[in-house]
Amino acid sequence: MKTAVGAKTMTLVQAITDALDTMLNEKEEVLLLGEDIGRNGGVFRATDGLQAKYGDGRVIDTPLSEAGFVGAGIGMAVNGFLPVIEIQFLGFIYPAYEQIMTHASRLRMRTMGHFTVPMVIRAPYGAGVRAPEIHCDSTEAIFTHMPGIKVVCPSTPYDAKGLLIASIEDPDPVLFLEPMRCYRSAREEVPEGKYTVEIGKGKKLMDGDDVTVITWGAMVPEAMKAAKQMKENNVHCDVIDLRTLFPLDKDMIAESVQKTGRTVIVHEAHATGGVGNDVLAIINDTSFLYQKAPVERVTGFDAPVPYFGFEDHYLPTPARIKQAIEKVMKF
Amino acid sequence: MENHFPIRRIMDENGTIINSEYKEKVTEKLVKELYRHMVRIRTFDRKAISLQRQGRIGTYAPYEGQEASQVGTAAALGENDWMFPTYRDHGAAMTFGHSLRNILLFWNGRNEGCVPPDGKKIFPPGIPIATQIPHAAGAAFAERKKGTANAAIAYFGDGATSEGDFHEGLNFASVFKAPVVFFNQNNQYAISVPIEKQMNTKTIAQKALAYDIPGVRIDGNDIFMVYFETLKALERARKGEGPTLIEAVTWRYGAHTTADDPSKYRDQSESNSRRQETDPVLRLERWMKNEGIFDEKWQQAAEEEAAAEIDKAVAEMEDFPPADPAVIFDHVFAEPTWQIKQQKEEYLKLIGGGR
Repeated sequence: MKTAVGAKTMTLVQAITDALDTMLNEKEEVLLLGEDIGRNGGVFRATDGLQAKYGDGRVIDTPLSEAGFVGAGIGMAVNGFLPVIEIQFLGFIYPAYEQIMTHASRLRMRTMGHFTVPMVIRAPYGAGVRAPEIHCDSTEAIFTHMPGIKVVCPSTPYDAKGLLIASIEDPDPVLFLEPMRCYRSAREEVPEGKYTVEIGKGKKLMDGDDVTVITWGAMVPEAMKAAKQMKENNVHCDVIDLRTLFPLDKDMIAESVQKTGRTVIVHEAHATGGVGNDVLAIINDTSFLYQKAPVERVTGFDAPVPYFGFEDHYLPTPARIKQAIEKVMKF
Repeated sequence: MENHFPIRRIMDENGTIINSEYKEKVTEKLVKELYRHMVRIRTFDRKAISLQRQGRIGTYAPYEGQEASQVGTAAALGENDWMFPTYRDHGAAMTFGHSLRNILLFWNGRNEGCVPPDGKKIFPPGIPIATQIPHAAGAAFAERKKGTANAAIAYFGDGATSEGDFHEGLNFASVFKAPVVFFNQNNQYAISVPIEKQMNTKTIAQKALAYDIPGVRIDGNDIFMVYFETLKALERARKGEGPTLIEAVTWRYGAHTTADDPSKYRDQSESNSRRQETDPVLRLERWMKNEGIFDEKWQQAAEEEAAAEIDKAVAEMEDFPPADPAVIFDHVFAEPTWQIKQQKEEYLKLIGGGR
């Protein structure tokens, strides 16, 4: 849905700011809450300039209190506001897990729709930027497991803006994951004004008939590098950026894996209990008989995300992805 | 600290008003209303325990002994205020206008029971301890932002004040001057753990000092004290002066829930002596007797009226249609996701399209 006129070239983090600006301007119920998001504009400058523009009544610096301000956000959402909460790093969201799990995600169910929580929680996530310990987690799966909340994860500026606006307009809580590694790594044209990208829909980045490569977030550029290199070896990949991790785009996954019969799933989160396993379940449920090879997963290891001195060893690389593609091709 | 936060009361155990500034404010009309509500919620509580014993509802959390705290606060609220109760505060919720049938449905495992009557801003009971406190802070902050004079009240027990959410909620509300009353019912036990093992502080009210908000310690079985102190805190909130922490010292006579046996962790003879000495209903009765306005026929009528209303609610609860499995699927999201649609369809097909 586009109503925009004109476009600007910007980074992913600028597209986030643009989306917040657009929605603060459009709906007075929209409020931003978080640590250091006011004068400081957020640790990644995602809210840069917004407090100056909209005032400290709408761009609100909160105490250091993830459970407290997520809990208060629930109270505000129930009482007519549309809070967009920034968690500084996904690795710091855990104190708020209880509020999200026991309240934000299930209040609609508990009250049969009488009380609802139209709230967005934004969180930068992932390794690869030499950030300190705990700042690099990719624990999206503990939220996709939780019924009643959507989990969105764009990898490009265009999708970031459109999906964030869609998340703010969504009547249910949305966890909006922002790959730190993509914040400033690329620029693209982003329409001015309001547009949305539909939650729950993946995006095809490259067409190919040989292998499906399914990924999201900061692994998208890595998967694309591997796919481009494989193309030189005459292996053609169908590359999917899922963009939403709950609900997954079942149709896009099924259509692609039925075409190729070979799949590599790439994510930086740990393998065990990872969202990749849900992708595998979709392949099993929809496309079992189309498979020519067992599905390969290229993931972070089942170890805590290490200090950044080791992160290059932890994160999936184009080399590891290529190896998996070759393996499914040779099966 | 106990000296800094003495337990304040308006009426002593004998039903005598010991703080003369309230003498004029305590009218017969008010007293009778408060008394009727206390009788009503006590009758409900006893009925609910009996229903649980008969297998007609599920596990139940009784509040008998805490009626003054629950009725006194609920009666002080304004029509448009918010209430954030816990699982032990349905006495307050029904006094504030929640449906008795729905409260029974809640205790009988039905989501329908969490739906308040139209226009009543009553949250579903907080189950994980203290988690409702930040909600109250947020809802109150939202009222302040809207520029209304509405306030919120959050209920919680003594054990809740050990939780992070208590401190985060009070801190948030104090920073943003949210119009909220934090109402603690210190019944001195968190299931089995007595307060001296729960906290090093001698009072809960003193925890307000950390947030530079008023903290008051009151006799939670003195309904006048509860009512007037809640009114005062609400008034303060409505004027934009921020939150108040009230510690109402009380006692639950019975078990934490019908699933536990309090005689395992405390001497229940104390409950018996408290029934004689500090019981909130008896105390108000004594006041009425002292004033010469106690009429046994009126009291009997109040009890009969409560019993009839509760019996009707029990019948409505039991006549309620059986659980419709569609409810499981229909309220997860505004629009069901494909997983939910598929699971619903498959399950309903399995059981023949209906129940």
